[in-house]
Amino acid sequence: MVYLTRIEHFNAAHRLFNPAWNREENEAVFGKCANENWHGHNYDLYVTIKGEVDENTGFLFDVKKLSEIVKEHVIEKVDHMNLNTDVEFLKGKLCSTENLAIGIWNQLFPHLPAGVKLHCIKLYETQRIFVEYFGAEQN
Amino acid sequence: MSKRVSVFRKEHFNAAHRLNNPAWDNEHNKTVFGKCNYPNYHGHNYDLIVKVTGVPDPETGYVIDLKLLSDIIQAQVIERFDHKNLNLDTVEFKNLNPTAENIVVVIYDLLRPHIHNDHDLQIRLFETERNFVEYPTS
Repeated sequence: MVYLTRIEHFNAAHRLFNPAWNREENEAVFGKCANENWHGHNYDLYVTIKGEVDENTGFLFDVKKLSEIVKEHVIEKVDHMNLNTDVEFLKGKLCSTENLAIGIWNQLFPHLPAGVKLHCIKLYETQRIFVEYFGAEQN
Repeated sequence: MSKRVSVFRKEHFNAAHRLNNPAWDNEHNKTVFGKCNYPNYHGHNYDLIVKVTGVPDPETGYVIDLKLLSDIIQAQVIERFDHKNLNLDTVEFKNLNPTAENIVVVIYDLLRPHIHNDHDLQIRLFETERNFVEYPTS
């Protein structure tokens, strides 16, 4: 088993806000992140896949193809977007880094070929804050 | 001969913005600013490096107390811009396009009155890890 990681990045606006709560409750829980006019981040995305090395190519998976899959199904949908208002796969979800990582996993999962498994989505919201998601099977 | 030294303090803030020239129509804005013109804003982690140059004080050995410099940056810049929408939430960019170039000049002007006249001030602002600007020019 080999693990292979591709790093991509995107910039986006968001806010943390639970529509079931009033403004005071949101501010109490989410603080500055609840700012009604949004704020934003440079996100760094680490996509790690796992599998066996193909004897003919020496590759686990062509990393250029992995990059194209990540770009088509994730980066093009979130880069320079407002995560709360512009992103279909986050509709109705709280735009935390945790939910974004899970959403990205679900975007990528169906597009990997047989024999290549998604291992981890690691998502940096800032240089000092990141989350990791290993998929529902790990739970 | 007095020896001048530069000291640096690094801070950061997160903010939303969009690039748009209200004098142009949508098509022209899109052509010039591309994705940065998307209507619902996007955002960045801005890294800010503040450089103060001067002769170390013979009594303290400091050019400027870096804790004091940090407090000045917090009060003048971070509290003003952190977790804000630069276009909507700040007076500085009500009528000024919040490009990295314009932001760095605004930050310089906010900090300059709080730095000793004998000291030179220079600001470097990272909009992303690979895009950064500096003012004044060396």
